[in-house]
Amino acid sequence: MSIDLSQFKQTFLEESDEGLDVLESGLLALDSGTADDEVIHAVFRAAHSIKGGAGTFGLNEIASFTHVMETLLDEMRDGRREITRDAMNVLLSSVDVLRELMDSARDEVEPEMERVNEVQAQLDAVLAGGSSDAVTSGEQGVEQETSADNVSAAKQIAWLIKFRPHEHLLRTGNDTVRMFRELSTLGDMENTVSCSELPELPHLDPELSYLSWEITLKNNAELGDIEKETIEEIFEWVDGDCDLTIEPVIMDDVSTEEVSTEDPPPARGAGSGSPGDVLQSHIEVLLAGSAEVDKSDIVSETVESAVTAPIADKVVPITARTAKKKKKNVEGSIRVGTSKVDSLIDMVGELVITQSMLSQLGDNFSMAKLETLRSGLAQLERNTRELQESVMRIRMLPISFSFQRFPRLVHDLSQKMSKKIELKMSGEQTELDKAVMEKIGDPMVHLVRNSLDHGIESPEIRLAAGKDETGIIHLNAYHQGGMIMIEISDDGAGLPRDKLLQKAIEKGLVAPGENLSDENIYDLIFHPGFSTADQVTDVSGRGVGMDVVRKNIKELGGSVEVSTEPGQGTTFTIRLPLTLAILDGQLVQVGQETYIIPLVSIIESFEIEPEKVNSIDSANEVYKIRDEYIPMVRLYDMFDIKPVTMNLQDCLLVVVEADGRKVGLLVDDLLSQQQVVIKSLETNYKRIEGFSGATILGDGTIALILDMSGLSNLLKQSASVKNYASA
Amino acid sequence: MAKTILAVDDSTSMRQMVTFTLKGAGYDVIDAADGQQALDIAKTRSFDLVLSDVNMPVMDGITLIRNLRALPDFKFTPILMLTTEAGIEKKKEGKAAGATGWIVKPFNPDQLLNTVKRVLG
Repeated sequence: MSIDLSQFKQTFLEESDEGLDVLESGLLALDSGTADDEVIHAVFRAAHSIKGGAGTFGLNEIASFTHVMETLLDEMRDGRREITRDAMNVLLSSVDVLRELMDSARDEVEPEMERVNEVQAQLDAVLAGGSSDAVTSGEQGVEQETSADNVSAAKQIAWLIKFRPHEHLLRTGNDTVRMFRELSTLGDMENTVSCSELPELPHLDPELSYLSWEITLKNNAELGDIEKETIEEIFEWVDGDCDLTIEPVIMDDVSTEEVSTEDPPPARGAGSGSPGDVLQSHIEVLLAGSAEVDKSDIVSETVESAVTAPIADKVVPITARTAKKKKKNVEGSIRVGTSKVDSLIDMVGELVITQSMLSQLGDNFSMAKLETLRSGLAQLERNTRELQESVMRIRMLPISFSFQRFPRLVHDLSQKMSKKIELKMSGEQTELDKAVMEKIGDPMVHLVRNSLDHGIESPEIRLAAGKDETGIIHLNAYHQGGMIMIEISDDGAGLPRDKLLQKAIEKGLVAPGENLSDENIYDLIFHPGFSTADQVTDVSGRGVGMDVVRKNIKELGGSVEVSTEPGQGTTFTIRLPLTLAILDGQLVQVGQETYIIPLVSIIESFEIEPEKVNSIDSANEVYKIRDEYIPMVRLYDMFDIKPVTMNLQDCLLVVVEADGRKVGLLVDDLLSQQQVVIKSLETNYKRIEGFSGATILGDGTIALILDMSGLSNLLKQSASVKNYASA
Repeated sequence: MAKTILAVDDSTSMRQMVTFTLKGAGYDVIDAADGQQALDIAKTRSFDLVLSDVNMPVMDGITLIRNLRALPDFKFTPILMLTTEAGIEKKKEGKAAGATGWIVKPFNPDQLLNTVKRVLG
């Protein structure tokens, strides 16, 4: 039978990813000394499972590589080996290597062996030294004494097997009948049973084994010679549960005649014991209840070998991996909790019911049924919305998936920079869309690297400043008003305000006499080409600046801000939409067109009082709300369309937040609020500044979705609008 | 009636492979992800064969075997360990707990079937 193992490989790889995470976080915990016994067990188990699975699914490089790790971990688990920092570092590198190997397996390409061999050598080196136990493991010591008995194979025609099970043999689930049946497939078998140890019936415990056997197994011309190894294999499981001798029966004349040996007579029939031997053996088997009665005949009869082939122990591995050059783009998969799927099915069920109700209604519709139709449609809407929410929930994953790479990062970097840093994480269960998560990873890494490199001071400086020498980096996530907030804070030195300002003046970003708020100064770090690191270090400051971080986050429809307290630390706050696929939108009318403003960015909307509009110049107007002047944008101007009315009284002003400041958008009317599915402009047409995408409305028309930060950029381009906050 | 096998392994891929292979050969298979789960199932019904991994969270294979042997229905049931540890020690430990035998990982489906056939006939 040939089974295609590749179908399980994907599962194996996914589960190994999880295993590697367990391995990594466990190793980190061990390294920092915060681990208990369970951790080392879990780590060992992870390595062990990966090795086992890899071997099974034909990933031999992974299996052999993990084997060394496993041996090392096994010794640590048993306390035979010290857990040293060196060993931990090598093991952590091994995790990286394994990840690479898994990736190669996933893409079905040949792995890069150079690094693998390098780390393997390191592992071997660790394994070779430092063990309090010279012999590393018992893995090698499998049976080796096979060949000695085969020397005179030419003359040997049979095996004499003396087999006396210990009383408890049946209790191990082993079955003598099964073993005899197997033996009989090897050659011609003669079996003699001895009942001498069988007690009187009243004393007989049916669960115990009292019989012993002498078996002569003759080579059969058709089946070929019998190897001692093969026989031993049959008795392998009962080794220690019986007295067993296997001796070759040698004859000078190689004929398959009657066996005559110098050894005790092989075939004694029902001779030696009491007359009822055979019968009693039946009874014994019967009483033992573990074997079928008819089969027990085998016990005392010569059994002709069945035609079956010898026990197949040399099965050709069927997982030959041949063509594996092709790089396959494996689709990502999501693990979804059963409850989420169940609720989906429930909702689809409801939807089907509503649909059938509506179609029934449509079959013979009259105006009298209008009310029923309405309520049916309302139900449909509710079903659809619930279904949509549930489907979206499937894409939502806890942010811990993104957080989990940081312990390792912090561990490695703090060692490299000789800083002491503790990483704290909270809100790991906060969920966000998988697509957002994938894209936020790199910006987060950049920010954490920054905190490590620039934020946290060296232990000496920290002590001198009266702080604990161990710095803290805190990752936190929570939901706030349809957005996910991710905070990355450190308790380091804070941003150097004066240095930033000076640098900005040097670079000509800020005029020397210009009066900037602290907030504006700190915000300078997001300016393209602005890096305060005096020396470019290995860790950060490689030209990829904070401006890229901000740009990437903006592309996701989010924002990033920094707040800092000199000497106390710095906090970066990332705001992100929960999903990229659906948006809560406010439909607005401008001229004959409909646009969509993301609901999250709307602060308020009101009718315009014309006297509150002030013109700065021909291009710029501001509107006074309470004590604040905000820039006012006539959308019809910006988009160059004909408005319904030029009369300001009939217009509405929608105040939105764009890049941290308020902007008033002049629209003709507010329409409904609804969730809209975002269709990318970039993939369908091209990128347009000021729009984040488009959507298709209920009536089939297309509406563009306004992008607030893009709009704000447009504004800046058209005129240098500044914040006119009245003091 | 098809013989029923209880397959215990904490690795999903191994469980899938074992289940798929055995079902393909006409056996009924019930699977469990750790020793405790397996034991809970075993308390409700009997099996013709138990295949169990050794290293598992919650309850390991050796403990499972010891507990199974204590159940009247499992006194003589063949129980095979799936182990990567070729070392004699683990095997001894397993046997002391009442294991019938073992299948050494890695094994391929054919090896698995051969061994299962050996035991179940």
